[in-house]
Amino acid sequence: MGPDFVVTQRGFTRRDFLKGGGALVVSFAVPGCATLAGPDTAAAEFPRPGTAWPAKVDPALLDSWLRIASDGSVSASVGKIEAGMGVGTSFAQIVAEELDVPLERVTIVMGDTATTVNQRGTGSSNGVMKGGEALRKAGAQARSTLLALASSRLGVPAADLRVDEGIVYASAQPSKRVSYGELLGDRQFHVKVEKDPRCKDPKEYRIVGRPVARMDIAPKMRAEYRYAADLRVPGMLHGRVIRPPEAHARLLHVDEDASLPGLVRVVRKGDFVGVVCEREEQAIEAARRLRVEWSRPGPLYWASYDALYEHLRTGRPKVSKSEDVHGDVEAALAAAASRVEARYEYPFQSHASMGPACAVADVRDGGAIVWAGGQKPYPLRGAVAQLLGLPAGKVRVIWMPGPGSYGMNDADDCAMDAALLSHAVGRPVRLQYMRADGTGWDPKGPPAAFHLRAGLDGEGNVTAWDYDARGFSGQLRRSGTDVPGQSLAGQLIGGYPAESHDEHKFSDESYAFPAKRKASHILPWDQSLGTALRTAHLRDPDGPSTCFASESFVDEVAYAAQVDPVEFRLRYLKQAREKAVVRAAAQKAQWRPRTKPRRAKEGGLLVGQGLSYAPRHGTVVAIVAEVAVDPSSGRYRVRRFTVAHDCGFVVNPRSLAGTIEANLMQAMSRAMHEAVRFDPTRVLSVDWITYPVVDMMEVPDAVDIVMLGNEPGAKIYGAGEPSTRPVAAAIANALHDAIGAPVRRVPLTHESVLAAMRG
Amino acid sequence: MEETIEMTVNGRSASLLAEPSTPLLYVLRNDLGLAGPKFGCGLGQCGACTVHLGGAAVRSCITPVASARNATVTTIEGLARAGALHTVQQAFIDEQAAQCGYCINGWIMTAAALLDADPNLGEDQIRRGLSGLKCRCGTHMSILRAVKLAASRMAAARRT
Repeated sequence: MGPDFVVTQRGFTRRDFLKGGGALVVSFAVPGCATLAGPDTAAAEFPRPGTAWPAKVDPALLDSWLRIASDGSVSASVGKIEAGMGVGTSFAQIVAEELDVPLERVTIVMGDTATTVNQRGTGSSNGVMKGGEALRKAGAQARSTLLALASSRLGVPAADLRVDEGIVYASAQPSKRVSYGELLGDRQFHVKVEKDPRCKDPKEYRIVGRPVARMDIAPKMRAEYRYAADLRVPGMLHGRVIRPPEAHARLLHVDEDASLPGLVRVVRKGDFVGVVCEREEQAIEAARRLRVEWSRPGPLYWASYDALYEHLRTGRPKVSKSEDVHGDVEAALAAAASRVEARYEYPFQSHASMGPACAVADVRDGGAIVWAGGQKPYPLRGAVAQLLGLPAGKVRVIWMPGPGSYGMNDADDCAMDAALLSHAVGRPVRLQYMRADGTGWDPKGPPAAFHLRAGLDGEGNVTAWDYDARGFSGQLRRSGTDVPGQSLAGQLIGGYPAESHDEHKFSDESYAFPAKRKASHILPWDQSLGTALRTAHLRDPDGPSTCFASESFVDEVAYAAQVDPVEFRLRYLKQAREKAVVRAAAQKAQWRPRTKPRRAKEGGLLVGQGLSYAPRHGTVVAIVAEVAVDPSSGRYRVRRFTVAHDCGFVVNPRSLAGTIEANLMQAMSRAMHEAVRFDPTRVLSVDWITYPVVDMMEVPDAVDIVMLGNEPGAKIYGAGEPSTRPVAAAIANALHDAIGAPVRRVPLTHESVLAAMRG
Repeated sequence: MEETIEMTVNGRSASLLAEPSTPLLYVLRNDLGLAGPKFGCGLGQCGACTVHLGGAAVRSCITPVASARNATVTTIEGLARAGALHTVQQAFIDEQAAQCGYCINGWIMTAAALLDADPNLGEDQIRRGLSGLKCRCGTHMSILRAVKLAASRMAAARRT
């Protein structure tokens, strides 16, 4: 008996392709079975470019949000995406709740510009807040519309009807019944969305607020969940890109007629270069071997982080701003009995998504379809249309899950590049970046340098507080790709302006001091556009850095005033929810009050405990970290985190716990390890060796989470990012408690711990 | 030069005409349609591409297809037995141990090989066995709980 499977690879050569001959022959000994994985998606299921899609999915129509099939299943559409935190399940809970249908009957459609309402996509932890609110209202209105239909069908007033599991009953006569599927089955509602439909009383919730298993988890563990990287479109080619070796290097020459195995086309536009090949490994090899000559521009970056921070401290700001200003800070500082002063620093960081970005683009017949990850498919459609010179109605962006993106990672850049490559060859092209294109070329989280000063009176009361932040805006490249100039392709091609935004770096703490000032200075960094150190949103933009500086300084001032750091915070915080999280975290962590660093010994180790708190868009979080430090090496481990978290009402407490834990680990990784390495001309962090992240050996023994404010009917705040914010400061404060000296630069490396110990 | 390479993938025999140096990952994903193993780095640094080769966990992005000649390859799609998920997969579901899930193939395949060899492992041995794998979302805590849960279930099953 022959093999079950015969695969013959005969890669296209370029000549073969132009002749229309040659083939990638995959022949199958098993009839009817396309692959080992089972029947693959049939070609007919793929939309074709060349058709027009609605320029706008009308948010005013209920049918844009909800569909009910004749079997009673519900499909809900939303202009948000699943970033891996389980928001899709929360959406399904909200819809199931309002409609009174079982959770498993609801499916969620997200991020397809042709079929879902443009809510821009996901960002700023607003998925449940914005997407959930829209679906809640849609669900409530759909229910009342269905009840009206049932009322006339059954001849019973709507007020005398009840709904159970998608079936409408006459309350007094349950044999009189009709299902949602029978009432509407595959037909449209044809009603406008009301501004304020009557929604269910949160006290009656039976699905929302309950811990439920995420819908995406089991498929992920069974390898049935399909990412953008897994998409295979019929007739698809494979692309790779070649980036400039140095910042602002110009393309001098590329061998466009190269003869390389499987090469279909070298695509060049300005300084953008890519290759398209028949097979993926051929594209990788072609990108590696293609001869490209680049200019050698002068240095753009710095020789070291010391030099960068010196530049941030002394460079001329393009824009400055103050807020939270009370009293005369300089006068209060001058009059203080004693003063405290410290400088803190935070580096460039990379999204370093688990997989480098991947997109499939199909550009032909006067239209384009782009399947891509990322968070904001709706603005991306406009940018793709402009890049290709197509009307927006001829472009469709279909979001598919990517690796976690944590803001503006490399996903949108990849989608734009894929569109360029497909446009050049007139066939669908799948482009997956290589690791170095991902870690090395994603837009980076911005660096900052801080200077904090405080004045104390003779009794240790704070009389003055001055916060001064200097750095690059975190939105050189904005958080959505509305125009080609936002993308790397647009910058490398040239001629496309970016829409940079000067984003300030204020800490969000709300301590009340008699004299207080926060100042933020943004330095020019426009010259980074088109280079690997351009900046964009990275999870909780500017949150970890500003909180690290501010909350580290709180501990330094508390010790100077000989006040316990928790007591200090409770003394100067005024908002009840903020004080509550600080108290709850301290209590749960069995906080050890102290008026100076304890430098507690345990075996041969120094152990410490540190607290930090942060508000973020209405959510408040306090975290206690416990560390154990080896005094001979400075190496340390976070043994435990205790989190008090108040984001208001929680739709799915089970997925939120996972999201909080993951935020802690990622934020711990950023705090302990992460700084993008560079030299004067290049970014040197290009893989997991040169951009190390947290390892399983380092993760804590335990994470304790205390949820506050989780009451039905309470306002819902975002929870995707806030628990990231206080982590670096909590670890730094725990190190301070353990070793007796502050560590003021992230990453909090063992070398800097050792240096701090040795003064 | 392309060669004919025969191997067994998830219990089925396959005959492939391929450049011997082609990384096994691309053959699995692009020719055999097995999308479970993921491209994470192409450098063997993250583990997202992990498959079992002769029962051992290997990183298929740096494993030439020729080294699987006449060997047995198992991907996550072939991990279930007789319709039942591997204990490790079930434990990952029970602990809801994923965020984006892009890395999860690496953790499941590495943990399955580790525990298939010996489920009687303490937490420190499990951590060591998983060290080096990357998860960017930071799912480590729930992954560790899931692997410990799987270890205890597998150890209990062996005792009975």
